[in-house]
Amino acid sequence: MCSSDGRPCAAGGARYDDPWYDALASGWGESGGTDAPEADPPVAGDVYLEVQRSAAFREVRSRYRRFVVPAVAVFLSWYVAYVVAATTAPGLMARPVVGAVNVAMVAGLGQFLTTFLLTWAYARHARLRRDRSALELRWDTQELTRVTRGGVS
Amino acid sequence: MTEDHQALALLLFGVFVAITLAITTWVSRNRRGSAEEFYAGGRLFTPMENGFAIAGDYMSAASFLGVSGLIALFGYDGMLYSVGFLVAWLVVLFLVAELVRNCGRFTLADVVAARLRERPVRIATGTSSVTVSVLYLVAQMVGAGALVALLLGGRSEAAQAWTVIGVGALMVIYVSLGGMRATTWIQIVKSVLLLGGTVALTALVLLRFHGDFDRLLLTAAERSGHGDAFLAPGLKYGGDWTARFDFISLGLALVLGTAGLPHILSRFFTVPTARAARRSVVWAIGLIGGFYLMTIVLGFGAAAIVGPEAVRGSNAAGNTAVPLLALDLGGGAASTGGTVLFALVAAIAFATILAVVAGITLASSASVAHDLYASLRRRRAEPRSEVAVARVAAVGIGVLAIALGLLARDLNVAFLVGLAFAVAASANLPVLLYSLFWRDFTTRGAVWAVYGGLVPAVVLVLLSPVVSGSPDSLFPGVDFQYFPLQNPGLVSIPLGFVAGWLGTLTSAEVPDEAKHAETEVRSLTGAGAV
Repeated sequence: MCSSDGRPCAAGGARYDDPWYDALASGWGESGGTDAPEADPPVAGDVYLEVQRSAAFREVRSRYRRFVVPAVAVFLSWYVAYVVAATTAPGLMARPVVGAVNVAMVAGLGQFLTTFLLTWAYARHARLRRDRSALELRWDTQELTRVTRGGVS
Repeated sequence: MTEDHQALALLLFGVFVAITLAITTWVSRNRRGSAEEFYAGGRLFTPMENGFAIAGDYMSAASFLGVSGLIALFGYDGMLYSVGFLVAWLVVLFLVAELVRNCGRFTLADVVAARLRERPVRIATGTSSVTVSVLYLVAQMVGAGALVALLLGGRSEAAQAWTVIGVGALMVIYVSLGGMRATTWIQIVKSVLLLGGTVALTALVLLRFHGDFDRLLLTAAERSGHGDAFLAPGLKYGGDWTARFDFISLGLALVLGTAGLPHILSRFFTVPTARAARRSVVWAIGLIGGFYLMTIVLGFGAAAIVGPEAVRGSNAAGNTAVPLLALDLGGGAASTGGTVLFALVAAIAFATILAVVAGITLASSASVAHDLYASLRRRRAEPRSEVAVARVAAVGIGVLAIALGLLARDLNVAFLVGLAFAVAASANLPVLLYSLFWRDFTTRGAVWAVYGGLVPAVVLVLLSPVVSGSPDSLFPGVDFQYFPLQNPGLVSIPLGFVAGWLGTLTSAEVPDEAKHAETEVRSLTGAGAV
């Protein structure tokens, strides 16, 4: 279960030689190395808190946010700018570019293009940067909640 | 129109109905009647299937008929709908699809109720979901009415009413017998038909202009009588500042509303994983983007080939521009080609309306049974009886939509959809985003966010020129118009967000850190997802 990439570990009182383990600020199994006390089995809610604080999860979350926050900011401001420009600067939007195609038409089609590009970039980013660690975390978390439930009952 | 058009269109439409009814019977043959099966089709669709189904749910008659009609009448200003309808999918893809798939089971309320007190939250989100769905349904019903009026030459009010009733009855049959599985397959069939029809028409328009998009635009501008102004913003939403703010309001509602539409959210639960949900959205964005690009060509094509005057003469709101365009592209009213193409387009539009209506009815019946009924009834209903309630709810919603659809007959359908989007963005999006991303969010915040968006949105629509006080409104005879904008989004969307924030700040409830951790971990990893 315990891996070197900082995923949360299942066995309550086991010995941890995982360098990332200190990052887990959970209240149970904090043994500091050697003689782990026989901690009370945690409730399911604590498992999620523990996973949330684990380095692996924080990595997944920050990768998600580092992509999504700027991307949302970019496309929303580009879209709002487009809408506001269409209402407040019709003169600018009506300026011809090539033939009958004017700035407004280019901007509108540009919205389509950026949407397609951002979709592609997001899917690629999620596939390469998030999916694998998220899936590992999923199994680990489910294992932990299963152990917890078993311990309580 | 002539008898030929009617007969052929009705025949083609009859074939579609027969096929879809066969699908409904076929997929419900091994039905176990579980909630999983009824609301989510067993969660076993592939991303491609679901992508087509999402596109089918989204590309409504409002887009096919309404948006092209608006472009044909007002030129560039109609294009805003196309752009907004597509860009909205980035909100869905980035912030909603995967996370909702991971956290929820069937409805929006599942996601919110998981970390807050269940009963008030479910009642609030259930109410807003049903409201949005009914508004959206009305738009589709109006589209059906416009199409029938065109088919029958606008001479038979009774026939128009009976068609709306027939569409309503059919959708109730699909939904209550087939559940999500049948609805999804109907969406897929419809999606393929609609895209096929749109591609064919677009190709014909471009062929007519020898592939010269520039000349298409120039001809459209010339024929419209507005010249270059037809190709620039401002024809519909220019002029005074009220109209401009209306445009901005609509733009906001379009881009933020999609992520709050119950029938779109429920589609993410038909695939097994968040990854599959993401891939379905990517499919959907490709299909929807292509479709809206083509509606632009069709809209300007209708302006250039049919002419805005003829479009307006047939239906004042422009809803019949595409069928008229098809008639002309096929060779005119007297030719076989024109008859066939017109009938084909009319049948596709019917199929579109029917499928979208089925999708929305299913989603709203899920909200009624899974959220409202399950919460308002003290004793938890068993899953089997919940499905029974959902089937009854489908009938009730069908009746309501038919009644409102008959009432709102003369409004542009794209515009009506704009209203539904505004309500969705005001009532559903704030609560969804807050519960996914805000650690300190509380139950009171959730309830306030929903009602704080829903009530202003609905009240502002009631007080707007849509309902009263102008010649085009629903009740032209009376005047209780106090709000100048047609679309309430600009005011009600911020109100929804502010209300949720205020409710959270003022509530005594201590935010449950563990529940938030659970939501966050589950939403990003899929742990414990069903």
